[in-house]
Amino acid sequence: MNSTKNDNNSLPMGEMSGGQRGNLYNYILGIADNSLILAQRLGELCGHGPNLETDIALTNISLDLLGQTRSYYQYAAKVEGAGKSEDDIAFLRLEREYKNILLVEQPNTHFGYVMARQFLFDIYHLMMMKELQKSKDETLRAVANKGIKEVSYHKRFSSDWIKRLGDGTEESHGKMQEAIDDLWRYTNEMFQMTAADTEMAEAGIGVDVSKFKEAYYKEVSEVLKEATLTVPESKYFAKGGKEGIHTEHMGYILADLQYMQKTFPNMTW
Amino acid sequence: MLTQTVHIEKHLIPILESVSDPEIPVLSVLDLGVIREAFEENGVVKIKLTPTYSGCPAMDVISDDLKKAFSEIGKEIEVELVLAPAWSTDWISEKGLQKMEAYGIARPLSETHDKDVLLGDKKLVKCPQCASTNTHLVSQFGSTACKALFKCDDCLEPFDYFKCLK
Repeated sequence: MNSTKNDNNSLPMGEMSGGQRGNLYNYILGIADNSLILAQRLGELCGHGPNLETDIALTNISLDLLGQTRSYYQYAAKVEGAGKSEDDIAFLRLEREYKNILLVEQPNTHFGYVMARQFLFDIYHLMMMKELQKSKDETLRAVANKGIKEVSYHKRFSSDWIKRLGDGTEESHGKMQEAIDDLWRYTNEMFQMTAADTEMAEAGIGVDVSKFKEAYYKEVSEVLKEATLTVPESKYFAKGGKEGIHTEHMGYILADLQYMQKTFPNMTW
Repeated sequence: MLTQTVHIEKHLIPILESVSDPEIPVLSVLDLGVIREAFEENGVVKIKLTPTYSGCPAMDVISDDLKKAFSEIGKEIEVELVLAPAWSTDWISEKGLQKMEAYGIARPLSETHDKDVLLGDKKLVKCPQCASTNTHLVSQFGSTACKALFKCDDCLEPFDYFKCLK
């Protein structure tokens, strides 16, 4: 269990300036939106998994991510102090206001593609969560402490599939290589720091994600090699998600995600 | 081993025992260890509830069931969801573990053994039907986030294993 020794240094919300609160709010959304959009993507596979066990695994992962998202959004709503609910944040924003990285919004092309996307995110996610456990912010620390066990489990699952499919048949190997090559361009964005990221990292609240870029590529490469896959060498990387500039897939996700709220405004379960 | 002192007022225990986990109905919320505090203050029952997993959908149901159970005896209640410290399978009571096994769910092993069965091929999980340990992992993810799916190679019954969480 994390001790509370950092509490003396933490910045209670009441003592934060408006700008700092705004940055904390944006920072939380930056983390949370990745989990929300990936949860939504995985949720689309409910009832469509290649077999029953995998189907259940994918929706389990989706549920874990959604649970983490809820904790983040509840906290973000409190930080913003504008009387919004977690649902308002999840459902009532415009595309440009979602801060998720481009990787998580990529479509469920095929199972290998889904696992490649998951794997590339899980390695990053676990590294980020480990650092977030040291945050001076009590709530973020609690969410990380709670979620880290779930995320390590996700990583185990996706890494296994990378190896099984990569080191599988000629066809599974080819499809997995193609998926990795295709998604590789979205990996670099994880390590870019937004203004909110920088300020929160300096305050000891957020995580300096730029720091573990090297460790990330090293770990990813090790798994890919074990899976007999080739580590892509392409230096072309896409970015924009963190600033709200998304790929064409994002609009379709939101159309689905926000459908009920747009059709029946203010509806509740 | 996490030791946790939990502040639960004695007179509230019978009511808390009547509220069960919707996924594993033989377990009460007390058996499961998700009640972290329960006391009465100025006529209002205050309860702190912690989730087993972040996305556990049972939490909303448990919260509603608690409200219902206390309102039936005319008590007002406030339920607060707390995340820290994070829930651990160590908090399931021994009575709870026994009920769980009788219900057909294998109890969580120690952290090291849990890894051995979920990552390796070790046969350590005891079949809740025939008590054989000749069992194998079918899927790391089971019917709920907290369980994995196993199958017994002796009696051939599939069963859930409650994953160790620490």
